Amino acid sequence: MQRGARPKSFYVLTAVFVLFVLFLYGPMSTVILLAFQGPDGGLTFPMHDVSLHWFRDIFQPQAIGDIWGSFSRSISLGLIVMALTVLIAFPAGLAFRRPFRGSGVIFYIVVASLIMPSIVVSLGIGSMFELLSLPRGWWSSALGAHLTWTLPFGLLIMFAVFNRFNPAYEEAARDLGASGWQTIRTVVLPIVAPSLVGVALFGFTLSYDEIARTSQSVGALNTLPLELQAMQTNVTTPVIYALGAYTTGLSLLVIAISLTLLTLLRLRQSRHGSDAGKGMV
Amino acid sequence: MKVVAGKLANGAAYLQVAPLALVFAIFFVLPIGLVVVVSFFDYQTYDILIPDFTFQNYIDVFTQSVTYQTYWITVRFCLTVWAITFVLGFTIAYYLTFHVRTLTMQIVLFLLCTIPFWTSIVIRMISWIPLLGRNGVVNSALINLGIVPEPLEWLLYSEFAVIIGYVHLYTLFMIVPIFNSMMRIDKSLLEAAEDAGASGWQTVWLVVLPLCKPGIAIGSIFVIAMVMGDFVTVNVLGGGQIASVGKAIATELSYLQFPPAAANAMVLLGVVVLLIMLLMRFADVRREL
Repeated sequence: MQRGARPKSFYVLTAVFVLFVLFLYGPMSTVILLAFQGPDGGLTFPMHDVSLHWFRDIFQPQAIGDIWGSFSRSISLGLIVMALTVLIAFPAGLAFRRPFRGSGVIFYIVVASLIMPSIVVSLGIGSMFELLSLPRGWWSSALGAHLTWTLPFGLLIMFAVFNRFNPAYEEAARDLGASGWQTIRTVVLPIVAPSLVGVALFGFTLSYDEIARTSQSVGALNTLPLELQAMQTNVTTPVIYALGAYTTGLSLLVIAISLTLLTLLRLRQSRHGSDAGKGMV
Repeated sequence: MKVVAGKLANGAAYLQVAPLALVFAIFFVLPIGLVVVVSFFDYQTYDILIPDFTFQNYIDVFTQSVTYQTYWITVRFCLTVWAITFVLGFTIAYYLTFHVRTLTMQIVLFLLCTIPFWTSIVIRMISWIPLLGRNGVVNSALINLGIVPEPLEWLLYSEFAVIIGYVHLYTLFMIVPIFNSMMRIDKSLLEAAEDAGASGWQTVWLVVLPLCKPGIAIGSIFVIAMVMGDFVTVNVLGGGQIASVGKAIATELSYLQFPPAAANAMVLLGVVVLLIMLLMRFADVRREL
Protein backbone atom coordinates (compact mmCIF):
# COMPACT_ATOMS: atom_id res chain seq x y z
CA MET A 1 0.00 0.00 0.00
CA GLN A 2 1.05 3.56 -0.55
CA ARG A 3 3.26 5.25 2.03
CA GLY A 4 2.47 8.53 3.68
CA ALA A 5 -0.80 9.65 5.21
CA ARG A 6 -3.14 6.90 6.42
CA PRO A 7 -6.58 6.77 4.81
CA LYS A 8 -9.59 7.36 7.03
CA SER A 9 -10.48 3.65 6.85
CA PHE A 10 -7.25 2.87 8.70
CA TYR A 11 -8.47 4.59 11.87
CA VAL A 12 -11.89 2.97 11.70
CA LEU A 13 -10.35 -0.50 11.26
CA THR A 14 -7.81 0.13 14.02
CA ALA A 15 -10.71 0.94 16.34
CA VAL A 16 -12.46 -2.30 15.30
CA PHE A 17 -9.27 -4.27 15.95
CA VAL A 18 -8.73 -2.70 19.38
CA LEU A 19 -12.34 -3.44 20.35
CA PHE A 20 -11.94 -7.03 19.17
CA VAL A 21 -8.80 -7.49 21.28
CA LEU A 22 -10.63 -6.04 24.29
CA PHE A 23 -13.50 -8.45 23.59
CA LEU A 24 -11.00 -11.35 23.49
CA TYR A 25 -9.11 -10.45 26.64
CA GLY A 26 -11.82 -8.73 28.71
CA PRO A 27 -13.60 -11.78 30.17
CA MET A 28 -10.35 -13.61 30.89
CA SER A 29 -8.88 -10.63 32.74
CA THR A 30 -12.06 -10.24 34.80
CA VAL A 31 -11.82 -13.84 35.94
CA ILE A 32 -8.14 -13.60 36.82
CA LEU A 33 -8.80 -10.37 38.73
CA LEU A 34 -11.72 -11.95 40.63
CA ALA A 35 -9.52 -14.91 41.57
CA PHE A 36 -7.72 -12.53 43.92
CA GLN A 37 -10.91 -11.94 45.94
CA GLY A 38 -10.58 -11.85 49.71
CA PRO A 39 -11.92 -14.83 51.73
CA ASP A 40 -15.35 -13.16 51.99
CA GLY A 41 -15.56 -12.26 48.31
CA GLY A 42 -18.17 -13.62 45.93
CA LEU A 43 -18.37 -14.56 42.28
CA THR A 44 -18.83 -10.97 41.08
CA PHE A 45 -17.51 -7.50 41.81
CA PRO A 46 -17.01 -5.65 44.09
CA MET A 47 -13.72 -7.05 45.35
CA HIS A 48 -13.80 -7.74 49.08
CA ASP A 49 -10.17 -7.22 49.89
CA VAL A 50 -7.32 -8.70 47.86
CA SER A 51 -5.79 -12.04 48.77
CA LEU A 52 -4.35 -15.32 47.55
CA HIS A 53 -6.96 -17.16 49.61
CA TRP A 54 -8.62 -18.97 46.67
CA PHE A 55 -5.32 -19.92 45.10
CA ARG A 56 -4.49 -21.75 48.35
CA ASP A 57 -8.03 -23.05 48.82
CA ILE A 58 -7.66 -25.32 45.77
CA PHE A 59 -5.03 -27.31 47.65
CA GLN A 60 -7.38 -27.95 50.59
CA PRO A 61 -8.63 -31.53 50.61
CA GLN A 62 -12.27 -30.42 51.00
CA ALA A 63 -12.17 -28.52 47.71
CA ILE A 64 -14.99 -29.61 45.46
CA GLY A 65 -14.70 -32.17 42.71
CA ASP A 66 -11.78 -34.29 41.67
CA ILE A 67 -9.58 -31.45 40.44
CA TRP A 68 -6.18 -33.04 40.91
CA GLY A 69 -7.21 -36.43 39.58
CA SER A 70 -8.77 -34.92 36.47
CA PHE A 71 -5.83 -32.54 36.08
CA SER A 72 -3.26 -35.35 36.13
CA ARG A 73 -5.37 -37.42 33.72
CA SER A 74 -5.61 -34.47 31.33
CA ILE A 75 -1.86 -33.87 31.47
CA SER A 76 -1.03 -37.56 30.95
CA LEU A 77 -3.54 -37.89 28.14
CA GLY A 78 -2.26 -34.67 26.55
CA LEU A 79 1.33 -35.93 26.60
CA ILE A 80 0.40 -39.34 25.15
CA VAL A 81 -1.72 -37.74 22.43
CA MET A 82 1.10 -35.28 21.69
CA ALA A 83 3.66 -38.06 21.25
CA LEU A 84 1.34 -40.23 19.14
CA THR A 85 0.28 -37.29 16.96
CA VAL A 86 3.91 -36.54 16.06
CA LEU A 87 4.84 -40.22 15.64
CA ILE A 88 1.85 -40.90 13.36
CA ALA A 89 1.52 -37.61 11.44
CA PHE A 90 5.21 -37.33 10.44
CA PRO A 91 5.50 -40.69 8.60
CA ALA A 92 2.01 -40.20 7.13
CA GLY A 93 3.15 -36.81 5.82
CA LEU A 94 6.16 -38.53 4.22
CA ALA A 95 3.89 -41.11 2.58
CA PHE A 96 1.51 -38.49 1.16
CA ARG A 97 4.27 -36.80 -0.83
CA ARG A 98 3.56 -39.22 -3.64
CA PRO A 99 0.22 -40.62 -4.68
CA PHE A 100 -0.40 -44.20 -3.60
CA ARG A 101 -3.42 -46.39 -4.02
CA GLY A 102 -6.00 -45.25 -1.49
CA SER A 103 -4.32 -41.91 -0.70
CA GLY A 104 -7.41 -40.01 -1.82
CA VAL A 105 -9.75 -42.07 0.36
CA ILE A 106 -7.55 -41.70 3.45
CA PHE A 107 -7.24 -37.97 2.85
CA TYR A 108 -11.00 -37.52 2.65
CA ILE A 109 -11.57 -39.62 5.78
CA VAL A 110 -9.08 -37.46 7.70
CA VAL A 111 -10.79 -34.25 6.53
CA ALA A 112 -14.21 -35.74 7.31
CA SER A 113 -13.02 -36.39 10.86
CA LEU A 114 -12.10 -32.73 11.18
CA ILE A 115 -15.54 -31.45 10.21
CA MET A 116 -17.66 -34.23 11.72
CA PRO A 117 -19.72 -32.79 14.61
CA SER A 118 -17.83 -33.92 17.71
CA ILE A 119 -20.91 -35.27 19.44
CA VAL A 120 -21.34 -37.81 16.61
CA VAL A 121 -17.75 -39.07 16.97
CA SER A 122 -18.17 -39.22 20.72
CA LEU A 123 -21.43 -41.13 20.42
CA GLY A 124 -19.90 -43.55 17.91
CA ILE A 125 -16.89 -44.41 20.05
CA GLY A 126 -19.12 -44.63 23.12
CA SER A 127 -21.52 -47.09 21.45
CA MET A 128 -18.63 -49.12 20.02
CA PHE A 129 -17.15 -49.73 23.47
CA GLU A 130 -20.65 -50.34 24.85
CA LEU A 131 -21.45 -52.95 22.17
CA LEU A 132 -18.12 -54.73 22.59
CA SER A 133 -18.53 -54.57 26.39
CA LEU A 134 -15.14 -52.91 26.69
CA PRO A 135 -14.58 -50.54 29.59
CA ARG A 136 -14.41 -46.90 28.53
CA GLY A 137 -11.44 -44.98 29.89
CA TRP A 138 -9.29 -41.94 29.25
CA TRP A 139 -6.39 -44.17 28.16
CA SER A 140 -8.46 -46.17 25.66
CA SER A 141 -11.66 -44.75 24.15
CA ALA A 142 -10.91 -41.10 24.99
CA LEU A 143 -7.36 -41.47 23.65
CA GLY A 144 -8.78 -42.66 20.32
CA ALA A 145 -11.35 -39.86 20.31
CA HIS A 146 -8.60 -37.28 20.84
CA LEU A 147 -6.48 -38.71 18.02
CA THR A 148 -9.39 -38.28 15.56
CA TRP A 149 -9.24 -34.59 16.48
CA THR A 150 -5.45 -33.93 16.65
CA LEU A 151 -4.26 -36.06 13.72
CA PRO A 152 -6.11 -34.10 10.98
CA PHE A 153 -4.42 -30.92 12.19
CA GLY A 154 -1.07 -32.72 12.40
CA LEU A 155 -1.41 -34.13 8.88
CA LEU A 156 -2.45 -30.79 7.36
CA ILE A 157 0.58 -29.13 8.98
CA MET A 158 2.81 -31.87 7.51
CA PHE A 159 1.27 -31.21 4.06
CA ALA A 160 2.10 -27.52 4.38
CA VAL A 161 5.65 -28.40 5.48
CA PHE A 162 6.38 -30.86 2.69
CA ASN A 163 4.84 -28.55 0.05
CA ARG A 164 7.65 -26.13 0.87
CA PHE A 165 10.33 -28.81 1.30
CA ASN A 166 13.09 -28.81 -1.30
CA PRO A 167 13.56 -32.42 -2.48
CA ALA A 168 17.10 -31.57 -3.67
CA TYR A 169 18.41 -32.17 -0.13
CA GLU A 170 17.16 -35.73 -0.18
CA GLU A 171 18.46 -36.35 -3.69
CA ALA A 172 21.87 -35.06 -2.62
CA ALA A 173 21.84 -37.41 0.37
CA ARG A 174 20.88 -40.34 -1.84
CA ASP A 175 23.59 -39.45 -4.38
CA LEU A 176 26.10 -39.52 -1.54
CA GLY A 177 25.00 -43.08 -0.77
CA ALA A 178 22.66 -42.60 2.20
CA SER A 179 20.02 -45.27 2.72
CA GLY A 180 16.35 -44.29 2.88
CA TRP A 181 16.34 -44.45 6.67
CA GLN A 182 19.61 -42.47 6.92
CA THR A 183 18.17 -39.79 4.62
CA ILE A 184 15.12 -39.37 6.80
CA ARG A 185 17.03 -39.43 10.09
CA THR A 186 19.96 -37.18 9.19
CA VAL A 187 18.50 -34.90 6.49
CA VAL A 188 14.70 -34.67 6.54
CA LEU A 189 14.14 -34.90 10.29
CA PRO A 190 16.53 -32.09 11.33
CA ILE A 191 15.07 -29.79 8.67
CA VAL A 192 11.43 -30.33 9.67
CA ALA A 193 12.13 -30.54 13.43
CA PRO A 194 10.75 -27.04 14.19
CA SER A 195 7.49 -27.92 12.45
CA LEU A 196 7.27 -31.12 14.46
CA VAL A 197 7.45 -29.01 17.61
CA GLY A 198 4.48 -27.13 16.18
CA VAL A 199 2.59 -30.39 15.57
CA ALA A 200 3.38 -31.48 19.14
CA LEU A 201 2.17 -28.16 20.54
CA PHE A 202 -1.08 -28.46 18.57
CA GLY A 203 -1.50 -32.06 19.69
CA PHE A 204 -1.08 -31.24 23.36
CA THR A 205 -3.29 -28.14 23.50
CA LEU A 206 -6.08 -29.61 21.37
CA SER A 207 -6.14 -32.68 23.62
CA TYR A 208 -5.77 -30.80 26.91
CA ASP A 209 -8.75 -28.65 25.96
CA GLU A 210 -10.94 -31.26 24.25
CA ILE A 211 -14.39 -31.71 25.73
CA ALA A 212 -17.04 -32.66 23.13
CA ARG A 213 -15.34 -35.80 21.78
CA THR A 214 -14.28 -36.79 25.27
CA SER A 215 -17.72 -36.48 26.84
CA GLN A 216 -19.17 -39.88 25.83
CA SER A 217 -15.88 -41.71 25.50
CA VAL A 218 -14.10 -40.97 28.78
CA GLY A 219 -15.99 -43.33 31.07
CA ALA A 220 -16.29 -42.77 34.80
CA LEU A 221 -13.18 -40.67 35.42
CA ASN A 222 -13.33 -37.14 33.97
CA THR A 223 -10.66 -35.09 32.28
CA LEU A 224 -10.13 -31.52 33.52
CA PRO A 225 -12.42 -29.69 31.03
CA LEU A 226 -15.30 -32.07 31.80
CA GLU A 227 -14.68 -31.70 35.54
CA LEU A 228 -14.68 -27.91 35.15
CA GLN A 229 -17.92 -28.02 33.19
CA ALA A 230 -19.51 -30.15 35.91
CA MET A 231 -18.11 -27.88 38.65
CA GLN A 232 -19.33 -24.59 37.23
CA THR A 233 -22.95 -25.49 37.93
CA ASN A 234 -22.47 -26.10 41.66
CA VAL A 235 -19.45 -24.06 42.74
CA THR A 236 -20.36 -20.77 44.34
CA THR A 237 -16.93 -19.47 45.39
CA PRO A 238 -14.10 -17.83 43.41
CA VAL A 239 -12.10 -21.07 43.76
CA ILE A 240 -13.15 -21.85 40.17
CA TYR A 241 -11.61 -18.55 39.01
CA ALA A 242 -8.36 -19.43 40.77
CA LEU A 243 -8.44 -22.72 38.90
CA GLY A 244 -8.97 -20.79 35.67
CA ALA A 245 -5.99 -18.60 36.46
CA TYR A 246 -3.84 -21.68 37.11
CA THR A 247 -4.83 -23.44 33.88
CA THR A 248 -4.29 -20.24 31.86
CA GLY A 249 -0.85 -19.90 33.44
CA LEU A 250 -0.09 -23.51 32.53
CA SER A 251 -1.14 -22.97 28.89
CA LEU A 252 1.08 -19.91 28.64
CA LEU A 253 3.93 -21.92 30.18
CA VAL A 254 3.49 -24.63 27.51
CA ILE A 255 3.65 -21.99 24.73
CA ALA A 256 6.73 -20.40 26.32
CA ILE A 257 8.51 -23.77 26.55
CA SER A 258 7.64 -24.60 22.93
CA LEU A 259 8.79 -21.23 21.63
CA THR A 260 12.08 -21.59 23.55
CA LEU A 261 12.53 -25.05 22.08
CA LEU A 262 11.87 -23.68 18.59
CA THR A 263 14.38 -20.87 19.06
CA LEU A 264 16.99 -23.36 20.30
CA LEU A 265 16.39 -25.59 17.25
CA ARG A 266 16.76 -22.59 14.94
CA LEU A 267 19.99 -21.52 16.68
CA ARG A 268 21.36 -25.03 16.41
CA GLN A 269 20.58 -25.08 12.69
CA SER A 270 22.24 -21.73 12.05
CA ARG A 271 25.28 -22.72 14.16
CA HIS A 272 25.79 -25.72 11.93
CA GLY A 273 26.12 -23.31 9.04
CA SER A 274 23.12 -24.63 7.17
CA ASP A 275 20.37 -22.47 5.79
CA ALA A 276 18.03 -25.43 5.77
CA GLY A 277 14.68 -24.81 7.30
CA LYS A 278 14.87 -21.05 7.00
CA GLY A 279 11.55 -19.59 6.10
CA MET A 280 9.80 -22.73 7.18
CA VAL A 281 7.31 -22.58 9.97
CA MET B 1 -2.55 -31.20 -1.46
CA LYS B 2 0.19 -31.07 -4.04
CA VAL B 3 0.73 -34.36 -5.73
CA VAL B 4 4.01 -35.10 -7.40
CA ALA B 5 3.41 -36.52 -10.84
CA GLY B 6 5.17 -39.65 -11.92
CA LYS B 7 5.55 -43.13 -10.59
CA LEU B 8 3.48 -44.44 -7.72
CA ALA B 9 5.14 -44.60 -4.34
CA ASN B 10 6.84 -47.81 -3.23
CA GLY B 11 5.89 -50.10 -0.37
CA ALA B 12 7.44 -47.81 2.23
CA ALA B 13 4.56 -45.37 1.78
CA TYR B 14 2.03 -47.98 2.91
CA LEU B 15 4.10 -48.68 6.00
CA GLN B 16 4.37 -44.97 6.75
CA VAL B 17 0.67 -44.31 6.42
CA ALA B 18 -0.45 -47.53 8.15
CA PRO B 19 -0.62 -46.17 11.75
CA LEU B 20 -2.72 -43.22 10.60
CA ALA B 21 -5.04 -45.44 8.57
CA LEU B 22 -5.38 -47.83 11.50
CA VAL B 23 -6.32 -45.09 13.99
CA PHE B 24 -8.98 -43.68 11.67
CA ALA B 25 -10.32 -47.13 10.81
CA ILE B 26 -10.78 -48.07 14.48
CA PHE B 27 -11.77 -44.74 16.02
CA PHE B 28 -13.55 -42.99 13.17
CA VAL B 29 -14.84 -45.17 10.30
CA LEU B 30 -15.98 -48.03 12.52
CA PRO B 31 -17.70 -45.84 15.16
CA ILE B 32 -19.47 -43.71 12.53
CA GLY B 33 -20.59 -46.91 10.80
CA LEU B 34 -21.87 -48.11 14.16
CA VAL B 35 -23.86 -44.92 14.68
CA VAL B 36 -25.60 -45.67 11.38
CA VAL B 37 -26.33 -49.25 12.49
CA VAL B 38 -27.39 -48.29 16.02
CA SER B 39 -29.80 -45.67 14.66
CA PHE B 40 -31.95 -48.62 13.47
CA PHE B 41 -31.72 -50.44 16.83
CA ASP B 42 -34.45 -50.80 19.42
CA TYR B 43 -33.95 -49.95 23.10
CA GLN B 44 -35.50 -50.39 26.53
CA THR B 45 -34.78 -48.98 29.95
CA TYR B 46 -32.49 -51.78 31.10
CA ASP B 47 -31.35 -53.04 27.72
CA ILE B 48 -29.91 -50.04 25.97
CA LEU B 49 -28.94 -51.66 22.66
CA ILE B 50 -31.28 -54.25 21.13
CA PRO B 51 -30.21 -55.29 17.62
CA ASP B 52 -33.10 -54.66 15.26
CA PHE B 53 -33.94 -52.98 11.98
CA THR B 54 -36.59 -50.42 12.77
CA PHE B 55 -37.26 -46.97 11.39
CA GLN B 56 -38.98 -46.06 14.66
CA ASN B 57 -36.11 -43.83 15.84
CA TYR B 58 -36.20 -41.81 12.64
CA ILE B 59 -40.00 -41.64 12.72
CA ASP B 60 -39.72 -40.34 16.29
CA VAL B 61 -37.18 -37.72 15.27
CA PHE B 62 -39.31 -36.42 12.42
CA THR B 63 -42.68 -36.50 14.21
CA GLN B 64 -41.69 -34.76 17.43
CA SER B 65 -42.26 -31.03 17.36
CA VAL B 66 -39.29 -30.60 19.71
CA THR B 67 -37.01 -31.75 16.86
CA TYR B 68 -38.09 -28.86 14.67
CA GLN B 69 -37.65 -26.43 17.57
CA THR B 70 -34.10 -27.64 18.28
CA TYR B 71 -33.13 -27.56 14.60
CA TRP B 72 -34.63 -24.13 14.15
CA ILE B 73 -32.71 -22.73 17.12
CA THR B 74 -29.48 -24.48 16.06
CA VAL B 75 -29.68 -23.26 12.46
CA ARG B 76 -30.48 -19.78 13.75
CA PHE B 77 -27.40 -19.87 16.02
CA CYS B 78 -25.37 -21.19 13.13
CA LEU B 79 -26.35 -18.49 10.63
CA THR B 80 -26.09 -15.64 13.15
CA VAL B 81 -22.68 -16.75 14.37
CA TRP B 82 -21.52 -17.39 10.80
CA ALA B 83 -22.52 -13.89 9.70
CA ILE B 84 -20.88 -12.21 12.70
CA THR B 85 -17.64 -14.23 12.59
CA PHE B 86 -17.40 -13.77 8.81
CA VAL B 87 -17.75 -9.98 8.90
CA LEU B 88 -15.48 -9.72 11.94
CA GLY B 89 -12.93 -12.23 10.65
CA PHE B 90 -12.80 -10.63 7.21
CA THR B 91 -12.40 -7.15 8.70
CA ILE B 92 -9.62 -8.20 11.10
CA ALA B 93 -7.78 -10.15 8.39
CA TYR B 94 -8.13 -7.20 6.00
CA TYR B 95 -6.75 -4.84 8.62
CA LEU B 96 -3.78 -7.10 9.36
CA THR B 97 -2.99 -7.70 5.68
CA PHE B 98 -3.48 -4.32 4.07
CA HIS B 99 -3.24 -1.73 6.82
CA VAL B 100 -0.42 -3.07 8.99
CA ARG B 101 2.73 -2.20 7.14
CA THR B 102 5.53 -4.38 8.56
CA LEU B 103 5.65 -8.16 8.71
CA THR B 104 6.85 -8.07 12.33
CA MET B 105 3.86 -5.99 13.37
CA GLN B 106 1.55 -8.33 11.43
CA ILE B 107 2.96 -11.34 13.29
CA VAL B 108 2.77 -9.59 16.67
CA LEU B 109 -0.87 -8.53 16.19
CA PHE B 110 -1.79 -11.95 14.81
CA LEU B 111 -0.26 -13.67 17.86
CA LEU B 112 -2.20 -11.25 20.07
CA CYS B 113 -5.39 -12.68 18.55
CA THR B 114 -4.30 -16.31 19.00
CA ILE B 115 -3.09 -16.28 22.63
CA PRO B 116 -6.59 -16.57 24.17
CA PHE B 117 -7.08 -19.65 21.96
CA TRP B 118 -4.56 -21.48 24.15
CA THR B 119 -6.50 -21.06 27.37
CA SER B 120 -9.13 -23.58 28.40
CA ILE B 121 -12.39 -23.37 26.42
CA VAL B 122 -14.52 -24.03 29.51
CA ILE B 123 -12.75 -21.29 31.45
CA ARG B 124 -13.29 -18.92 28.53
CA MET B 125 -17.01 -19.66 28.66
CA ILE B 126 -17.23 -19.38 32.42
CA SER B 127 -15.42 -16.05 32.26
CA TRP B 128 -18.52 -14.45 30.70
CA ILE B 129 -20.57 -15.17 33.83
CA PRO B 130 -19.16 -12.39 36.08
CA LEU B 131 -19.47 -9.98 33.16
CA LEU B 132 -23.01 -10.74 32.01
CA GLY B 133 -24.61 -11.99 35.24
CA ARG B 134 -27.47 -10.28 37.07
CA ASN B 135 -25.00 -8.48 39.35
CA GLY B 136 -22.25 -8.58 36.75
CA VAL B 137 -20.01 -5.87 35.38
CA VAL B 138 -22.21 -4.94 32.41
CA ASN B 139 -25.41 -4.65 34.44
CA SER B 140 -23.70 -2.64 37.22
CA ALA B 141 -22.25 -0.27 34.65
CA LEU B 142 -25.60 0.19 32.88
CA ILE B 143 -27.40 0.90 36.17
CA ASN B 144 -24.73 3.28 37.44
CA LEU B 145 -24.86 5.18 34.16
CA GLY B 146 -28.62 5.41 34.51
CA ILE B 147 -29.25 3.67 31.18
CA VAL B 148 -31.49 0.95 32.64
CA PRO B 149 -33.45 1.08 35.92
CA GLU B 150 -32.93 -2.57 36.83
CA PRO B 151 -30.59 -5.41 35.76
CA LEU B 152 -31.17 -6.84 32.28
CA GLU B 153 -32.16 -10.50 32.57
CA TRP B 154 -31.41 -11.51 29.00
CA LEU B 155 -27.66 -10.94 29.17
CA LEU B 156 -26.78 -14.30 30.69
CA TYR B 157 -28.35 -17.77 30.30
CA SER B 158 -29.94 -16.66 27.07
CA GLU B 159 -29.52 -16.96 23.31
CA PHE B 160 -27.61 -13.70 23.46
CA ALA B 161 -25.03 -15.17 25.85
CA VAL B 162 -24.64 -18.31 23.74
CA ILE B 163 -24.02 -16.25 20.59
CA ILE B 164 -21.49 -14.04 22.42
CA GLY B 165 -19.74 -17.21 23.62
CA TYR B 166 -19.59 -18.69 20.10
CA VAL B 167 -18.26 -15.48 18.56
CA HIS B 168 -15.65 -15.29 21.30
CA LEU B 169 -14.53 -18.88 20.73
CA TYR B 170 -14.74 -19.23 16.95
CA THR B 171 -13.84 -15.91 15.30
CA LEU B 172 -10.20 -17.01 15.24
CA PHE B 173 -11.14 -19.99 13.06
CA MET B 174 -12.45 -17.49 10.52
CA ILE B 175 -9.49 -15.08 10.81
CA VAL B 176 -6.74 -17.65 10.21
CA PRO B 177 -7.83 -19.06 6.80
CA ILE B 178 -8.99 -15.67 5.46
CA PHE B 179 -5.72 -14.06 6.60
CA ASN B 180 -3.84 -16.91 4.88
CA SER B 181 -5.73 -16.27 1.61
CA MET B 182 -5.30 -12.50 1.79
CA MET B 183 -1.55 -12.67 2.39
CA ARG B 184 -1.24 -14.43 -0.98
CA ILE B 185 -2.96 -11.60 -2.90
CA ASP B 186 -0.56 -9.70 -5.13
CA LYS B 187 -0.63 -6.08 -3.90
CA SER B 188 -0.26 -4.78 -7.45
CA LEU B 189 -3.79 -6.05 -8.16
CA LEU B 190 -5.11 -3.52 -5.67
CA GLU B 191 -3.10 -0.76 -7.30
CA ALA B 192 -4.43 -1.80 -10.70
CA ALA B 193 -8.01 -1.60 -9.36
CA GLU B 194 -7.30 1.84 -7.95
CA ASP B 195 -5.72 3.02 -11.21
CA ALA B 196 -8.73 1.75 -13.10
CA GLY B 197 -10.88 4.00 -10.95
CA ALA B 198 -12.36 1.60 -8.40
CA SER B 199 -13.42 3.05 -5.07
CA GLY B 200 -12.20 1.49 -1.80
CA TRP B 201 -15.41 -0.49 -1.39
CA GLN B 202 -15.37 -1.65 -4.99
CA THR B 203 -11.81 -2.94 -4.58
CA VAL B 204 -12.78 -4.89 -1.47
CA TRP B 205 -15.97 -6.23 -3.03
CA LEU B 206 -14.73 -7.00 -6.58
CA VAL B 207 -11.04 -7.87 -6.01
CA VAL B 208 -10.24 -8.90 -2.44
CA LEU B 209 -13.41 -10.82 -1.61
CA PRO B 210 -13.39 -13.13 -4.66
CA LEU B 211 -9.70 -13.90 -4.12
CA CYS B 212 -10.39 -14.87 -0.49
CA LYS B 213 -13.19 -17.32 -1.32
CA PRO B 214 -11.24 -20.49 -0.46
CA GLY B 215 -10.19 -19.04 2.92
CA ILE B 216 -13.75 -17.93 3.62
CA ALA B 217 -15.04 -21.40 2.72
CA ILE B 218 -12.59 -23.16 5.06
CA GLY B 219 -13.37 -20.78 7.93
CA SER B 220 -17.11 -21.16 7.32
CA ILE B 221 -16.93 -24.96 7.32
CA PHE B 222 -15.13 -24.88 10.68
CA VAL B 223 -17.60 -22.47 12.26
CA ILE B 224 -20.67 -24.28 10.92
CA ALA B 225 -19.43 -27.73 11.96
CA MET B 226 -18.53 -26.52 15.45
CA VAL B 227 -21.73 -24.59 16.11
CA MET B 228 -24.01 -27.30 14.71
CA GLY B 229 -22.50 -30.01 16.92
CA ASP B 230 -21.93 -27.96 20.05
CA PHE B 231 -23.55 -28.70 23.38
CA VAL B 232 -21.01 -27.38 25.86
CA THR B 233 -21.46 -23.65 25.19
CA VAL B 234 -25.23 -24.08 25.20
CA ASN B 235 -24.93 -25.89 28.53
CA VAL B 236 -22.72 -23.30 30.22
CA LEU B 237 -24.14 -20.06 28.80
CA GLY B 238 -27.66 -21.13 27.79
CA GLY B 239 -28.65 -22.05 31.33
CA GLY B 240 -30.80 -25.14 30.77
CA GLN B 241 -33.55 -23.29 28.91
CA ILE B 242 -32.09 -23.54 25.43
CA ALA B 243 -31.92 -26.86 23.59
CA SER B 244 -29.72 -27.09 20.51
CA VAL B 245 -29.47 -30.31 18.52
CA GLY B 246 -26.12 -31.16 20.10
CA LYS B 247 -27.58 -30.68 23.55
CA ALA B 248 -30.63 -32.79 22.70
CA ILE B 249 -28.31 -35.63 21.64
CA ALA B 250 -26.17 -35.20 24.75
CA THR B 251 -29.29 -35.31 26.93
CA GLU B 252 -30.53 -38.52 25.25
CA LEU B 253 -27.10 -40.02 25.83
CA SER B 254 -27.13 -39.07 29.50
CA TYR B 255 -30.31 -41.19 29.78
CA LEU B 256 -28.47 -43.93 27.85
CA GLN B 257 -30.91 -43.70 24.94
CA PHE B 258 -28.35 -44.61 22.31
CA PRO B 259 -30.59 -45.51 19.33
CA PRO B 260 -32.65 -42.27 19.29
CA ALA B 261 -29.46 -40.28 19.86
CA ALA B 262 -27.88 -42.07 16.89
CA ALA B 263 -30.87 -41.33 14.64
CA ASN B 264 -30.76 -37.70 15.70
CA ALA B 265 -27.00 -37.63 15.05
CA MET B 266 -27.54 -38.98 11.53
CA VAL B 267 -30.08 -36.26 10.77
CA LEU B 268 -27.67 -33.67 12.19
CA LEU B 269 -24.88 -35.04 10.03
CA GLY B 270 -27.13 -34.77 6.97
CA VAL B 271 -27.88 -31.12 7.71
CA VAL B 272 -24.18 -30.31 8.27
CA VAL B 273 -23.17 -32.04 5.02
CA LEU B 274 -25.91 -30.16 3.17
CA LEU B 275 -24.73 -26.81 4.54
CA ILE B 276 -21.11 -27.60 3.68
CA MET B 277 -21.97 -28.78 0.17
CA LEU B 278 -23.78 -25.52 -0.35
CA LEU B 279 -20.60 -23.71 0.63
CA MET B 280 -18.33 -25.85 -1.52
CA ARG B 281 -20.23 -24.63 -4.56
CA PHE B 282 -18.64 -21.24 -3.96
CA ALA B 283 -15.01 -22.32 -3.69
CA ASP B 284 -12.62 -25.15 -4.43
CA VAL B 285 -11.23 -25.86 -0.98
CA ARG B 286 -8.76 -28.51 -2.11
CA ARG B 287 -6.76 -25.94 -4.05
CA GLU B 288 -5.94 -24.14 -0.81
CA LEU B 289 -4.02 -26.98 0.88
